Amino acid sequence: MKITYPHMGNLYIVVRALLTSLGVDLVLPPPTSRRTVELGVRYAPEFACFPLKLNLGNFLEARELGADTILMAGGVGPCRFGYYAQVQKEILDDLGKSMDMVVLEPPDVSWREVKDKIRYVVGDISWWRIFKAIRFAWYKARAVDTVEERVLFLRPRTYEPYRLEEYRRQALRRIDEASDKREMDEILRDFNNQCRTLPLKSGPFLRVGFVGEIFTVLEPFANYDMERRLGLLGVEVTRSIYLSAWINEHLFGGLLRVKGMEHVDKLAAPYLNSFVGGHGQETVGSTVEFGRQGYDGVVHVAPFTCMPEIVAHSILPAVSKDYGIPTLTFYLDEQSGEAGIQTRLEAFVDLMAARREKRRKENL
Amino acid sequence: MIKVGIPRALLFYYYYPLWRAFFTELDVQVIVSPETNKRILDAGLRSALGEACLPVKLFFGHVLELSDKVDYLFVPRLISVEQKEYICPKFMGLSDMLRARLPNLPPIIDTAFDVSERRGFDWPHFFEKVGSIFTRDRHLIKRAYCSALEADKNFRRLLNSGLLPPEAMDAGKGMSEAAATSVASQGFLKIGLLGHPYNLYDSYISMNLIGKVRQMGASVITAASVPDDLIESQTKKLPKRLFWTLGKQMIGAALTFFENEQLDGVIYLTSFGCGPESLVGELVERWAKHRANLPFMMLTIDEHTGEAGMVTRLEAFTEMIKRRKKHENYVSAYGKPVHCC
Repeated sequence: MKITYPHMGNLYIVVRALLTSLGVDLVLPPPTSRRTVELGVRYAPEFACFPLKLNLGNFLEARELGADTILMAGGVGPCRFGYYAQVQKEILDDLGKSMDMVVLEPPDVSWREVKDKIRYVVGDISWWRIFKAIRFAWYKARAVDTVEERVLFLRPRTYEPYRLEEYRRQALRRIDEASDKREMDEILRDFNNQCRTLPLKSGPFLRVGFVGEIFTVLEPFANYDMERRLGLLGVEVTRSIYLSAWINEHLFGGLLRVKGMEHVDKLAAPYLNSFVGGHGQETVGSTVEFGRQGYDGVVHVAPFTCMPEIVAHSILPAVSKDYGIPTLTFYLDEQSGEAGIQTRLEAFVDLMAARREKRRKENL
Repeated sequence: MIKVGIPRALLFYYYYPLWRAFFTELDVQVIVSPETNKRILDAGLRSALGEACLPVKLFFGHVLELSDKVDYLFVPRLISVEQKEYICPKFMGLSDMLRARLPNLPPIIDTAFDVSERRGFDWPHFFEKVGSIFTRDRHLIKRAYCSALEADKNFRRLLNSGLLPPEAMDAGKGMSEAAATSVASQGFLKIGLLGHPYNLYDSYISMNLIGKVRQMGASVITAASVPDDLIESQTKKLPKRLFWTLGKQMIGAALTFFENEQLDGVIYLTSFGCGPESLVGELVERWAKHRANLPFMMLTIDEHTGEAGMVTRLEAFTEMIKRRKKHENYVSAYGKPVHCC
């Protein structure tokens, strides 16, 4: 059994840590590329959301490398993600490229289902070892997010963005290869030391909140590397969702008490008083939070036809008006053009800078 | 007399008889927006988000049409009408979208209907909340929802006997099932129509699809006529329980159609960018091909749809079926039936 799983940003590092320490044989799909998109788009339903198409492309490419089993997460609605696996399986079967699918999701009837699935993947391994593997993967998730957070902070400030990217790449690669927690701490220390050698500009910098559907927020390929584009335009980006927070919420059910999304739902209540699946309510709530914290703007990303985010997008103008925070929404799919995105981002940054300047003059 | 407005869109096609009976019994006047026309659609397109689907945009139009004529707008927040299932996310945030985008609306009644809220939550609990807005007389509310449930039962009975929802809404209690069946079973071809009621039965945005199919000499059966328990048992066959109630009705009806030997073809009407339908439609299309060997056509509508294009596709589809019917028994010397002239 050779297991593969879809890409979502740096998720591969975390899942690889988990599976290899459980002794599972795995085949990582090649990094998401134009070819992945083409494969996915060719076979996926036309109006399916972008992540489904990319995942499907990942699976097909992994299959070429010899994978025969897919491990992925599921859900119980109302977001379409919960039915991805079934549709993808149907498509793969029709193509004559059947693969086994193990979908980890809240069980319909009893938790035994989940247990059986885990046993099917890892075989006869003690629960203590499974626990240790999960803990190890969790450390990696935290380490990855620490690096990402630092990079988001430094990008607008550094004079040498390319050196920073190089440090980031190195750090992520070393985290991926690290075999215990001590090593990871060392990597983070090295990374911080490297960053300290970078000469920095002095502020103030525009601050932008980055909100939206999780896959498009976390996967730089899907959002056309928007975080980096904004950083290079001199904007400090704050993400509303981090990988570790997502793992904590969805897989551990909030056991570890990392800052989660509950308080954000409360902030969203005056505007959107019901959950709408996916991250719709979180998008509205995070925008309110960024508004309260005096951010200069919010960039909102979502896959084209994403239902929860369309609801959120409909509501954002009201939030924008109440808190005086401009928002910009991007719907992303295979048709999005890089130049168009860059132009819109530049215009948005100019607008925010002008607003800030105007406010400064008013306060004088 | 207090006036409550119900937009003729989305859930109207599922629950109007239920709601109408309830409000009428409460001595509240129900005002329904007129049938869709160009003005309503344009108003909706202007006010709703561009990325929303056509039915949601249309809903905005209907709300605007009602907004200065009523005291309350009835836009209940239907989250989940069956255990572990949801209505579409856009329905769940409908009232919030309206408030955020349309200022100066009359108060919106957006009582939530969510079966997971507490054990045994059902229409009576929902109506108690809604009724308390208008009266403190609990007996009156009880009487009202009893007659509402009665009206709903009657409506579903007419649907199951083959009447289409708009016909069943107009038909009084007097309409017998025999008469209904005779309406349903005319025509040379039998075509199954799939698609959400709010697309299918709004003859403006569906460009009178049902009428057109009938004109081409086909009788029509829709998902509305498939009884709930049959849909329930059909959807048991799915690889995983489908968590959209409306999508489940479509896929259950499709599976029923596939087993119906008298059916000559299936047309699936969907709106551009419909989330659940992008996956449900895909599964139905694939299964139509290799499980049922049934002619299948997917029609996607949005505000730009041209009527001529639709007519052409419908003609081609029905022609194809007619030829297939005619030559079905022709077996070529090489052993394969040939569906051509």
